[in-house]
Amino acid sequence: MSRWTEEYFIEKGLLLTAISSIIIIGLIIIFIFKEGIPAIQSYGFFNFVFGMNWSPSEGQYGVFPMIIGSLGITLLSLLMAVPLGLLCAIFLAEVAPARMRKVLNPTLQTLAGIPSVVYGFFGLILLVPFMRAQFGGTGFSMFTASVILTVMILPIIVSVSEDALRSIPHEYKEASLALGATHWQTIKNVIFPAAIPGVITSVILGMGRAVGETLAIIMVAGNVVQIPGSIFDPVRALTSNIAIEMGYATGIHYNALFATGIVLIFMIIVLLIIANYLHYKKKVTIGGGYL
Amino acid sequence: MEYIIEVEDLNVYFDELHILKNINIKIPKNAVTSLIGPSGCGKSTFIRTLNRMNDLISTFRRDGTVLLDGENIYNPKVDVVNLRKRVGMVFQKPNPFPKSIFDNVAYGLRVHGINDKDVLAQKVEEALKSAALWEEVENILEKSAMGLSGGQQQRLCIARTIAVEPDVILMDEPCSALDPISTTKIEDLIHKLKKDYTIIIVTHNMQQATRVSKYTAFFLHGEIVESGKTDQIFLEPTDNRTEDYITGRFG
Amino acid sequence: MYRIIPPKIAQKIMNSIFWASGILTILILVVVIGYVLFKGLPFVSLEFLFSDPIDSGRAGGIFPMIMSSIYVTLIALLLAAPLGVGAAVFLAEYAGENRTVKLIRFGAETLSSIPSIVFGLFGLAFFVVYLGLGWSVLSGGLTLALMALPTVLAASEVSVESINKSYSEGSLALGATKWQTIYKVVIPAAIPGITTGIILGMARAIAEAAAVMYTVGAALLIPTSLMDPARPLPLHLYLLATEGISMDNAWATAAVLVILILIITVSTNTLVDRYRKKMMGR
Repeated sequence: MSRWTEEYFIEKGLLLTAISSIIIIGLIIIFIFKEGIPAIQSYGFFNFVFGMNWSPSEGQYGVFPMIIGSLGITLLSLLMAVPLGLLCAIFLAEVAPARMRKVLNPTLQTLAGIPSVVYGFFGLILLVPFMRAQFGGTGFSMFTASVILTVMILPIIVSVSEDALRSIPHEYKEASLALGATHWQTIKNVIFPAAIPGVITSVILGMGRAVGETLAIIMVAGNVVQIPGSIFDPVRALTSNIAIEMGYATGIHYNALFATGIVLIFMIIVLLIIANYLHYKKKVTIGGGYL
Repeated sequence: MEYIIEVEDLNVYFDELHILKNINIKIPKNAVTSLIGPSGCGKSTFIRTLNRMNDLISTFRRDGTVLLDGENIYNPKVDVVNLRKRVGMVFQKPNPFPKSIFDNVAYGLRVHGINDKDVLAQKVEEALKSAALWEEVENILEKSAMGLSGGQQQRLCIARTIAVEPDVILMDEPCSALDPISTTKIEDLIHKLKKDYTIIIVTHNMQQATRVSKYTAFFLHGEIVESGKTDQIFLEPTDNRTEDYITGRFG
Repeated sequence: MYRIIPPKIAQKIMNSIFWASGILTILILVVVIGYVLFKGLPFVSLEFLFSDPIDSGRAGGIFPMIMSSIYVTLIALLLAAPLGVGAAVFLAEYAGENRTVKLIRFGAETLSSIPSIVFGLFGLAFFVVYLGLGWSVLSGGLTLALMALPTVLAASEVSVESINKSYSEGSLALGATKWQTIYKVVIPAAIPGITTGIILGMARAIAEAAAVMYTVGAALLIPTSLMDPARPLPLHLYLLATEGISMDNAWATAAVLVILILIITVSTNTLVDRYRKKMMGR
């Protein structure tokens, strides 16, 4: 084979591997929709998405309480994880002694890799009884699930934000300090604003993991299909719904679980679009001179 | 003659490396002093000792004293933030913040508690005028500083430093990243500023030293070989090594 | 706005807040890990690791689950590693900024954020039912491959892209073709990043339970062929815990998983460090 044809085939081969992601996404969408659409068609789009009642034995397939459940758990965990995670990231990037960092970075990597089932199990055995004792009820609740999710997404938020903070050119920091700014003023006015695109990415990544988490939530959230009256009520997430019922679902019930998957995919796509938009907007405004 | 900075027996180490050895020098007030010498001779480290920027480096150690208006800046009671307000710095590579031109100059003022809009606007204008940049940016104050040319960015950094009204301005090879025209503009600016400020400039370029400074110190291997009036250093150096360097025999 | 609290006091307050939140975060995380190890390690023994479960896991060990985890992870990597690295090289070295590339990037990004349970659904509908592979090691492994792919791709691309262009220019100037240059100069220099990417993908596959739940089955026996059902470790832990089978064995399984991840992280870090030192001569 001549050198030219070899190069040609290699390039086309690599292109093929690159396109595989698109093919996979395509297949996923085709198959999830193929199985899910029949349920939405027969039950009605509006009834499905905004229906308050999920009761397969009675032919009721409304996922609205679970949409609220997923969003509620996610928001609550972000509320706890984002401030703590960002402060910790600043601590690691700016304040902590170098030796401490060397130990902590691998620790964070390990923690990010721990299976979610392990976190869920920890929550089931320790956190649920604790919540029961503190706040009454069963201990299985939206709040318990958010606490476990907070622990799960902290490593992601910390490590991605820390990278973003650390990639800010050292010159900015020097310039600010040389003008007589304190370290905190420098962090607040220069380093953090410049790192915002990366910080947003970290939050979105954490949010994605929270929305998508399944088994850990099943183990601590109580899984009751209802719109929670308080954060201490049990809830069911969209993901949990699929995992709990797939084992015995048949017929339209089976299709309705795939339709639940469609709702999840939509939520993720909306998240991605928001993320891309924020990222893009932030970048442009930095170029325009506003931080 | 009045001296603003007096350095006595200064030694600086990074880890085990002895970077500056027994430095003794007095810097005259409201004049320009050049620090010349081959790369790696310690002149940049030296000026970063004067506003304690070396404190950012964890391996930095030093002994000896640096007096600013008679007060040792390494005294534990000294407030580094105040010190850096009095001793401003312009870096080798222009380093404006990714903010608007206005916000760059206003940054130091805001950090030091000035928030009144009119005062800010007035001080920013004054600083930009002193830095000979006002006419070029008057109508684009809200645009990003990143859009300026390298020379304009460096003058912006000087304006940013002047706005804080320091006593001393340290310049670490401020023209090394600039083209000849921008360099001339910065040199003109230095001439204009020396009435009101003490300027210490590190430079590689000996012509530049003769053009802008009244006093010069020659650094070699972490020591000051010779210091004094610029004319004298360049015309009748007392040390052979100085003569070798300025006549281009090494470095 | 600044003078409400003087800057120096603000500095002191913020410093304490940073230290407090740093230590709190680390404490939370370390307590979770520490507790799992504390509760689980006493039950982990060679016998536990190398024997079969008795009475669906009420007693006995977890050997079949370890083998299941190894099999599904290997299948996942065999597919995801070449695809991911190939795509990364293409994106970093061949592609310009055109529509196809934007689409590929969007695809990979979307893939990486799809919830694992949706991968599970897809695996069920496509591999298990449509392709007729049934609940098997193969279905589970293929599903995990799809999940690991974006992880491998992203880390490899960053690493290939970061290789200094002057290296490849040096090679091209010597008359090497583009592919020779990539194969002999760019990829070797990018190996630490590529390895990290593959290992991250592996960690993701090993840790996953939701995606294999309805693709690999829950068999308690050691799989003897690709078409056998199996039960990877995280799934075993989930079933032990939620079905209330044996909390002691659940803690022990959790501890094994934590140690696995710990080993993977530490060995990657050392490997990458060593390689970097060797390449850069320091």
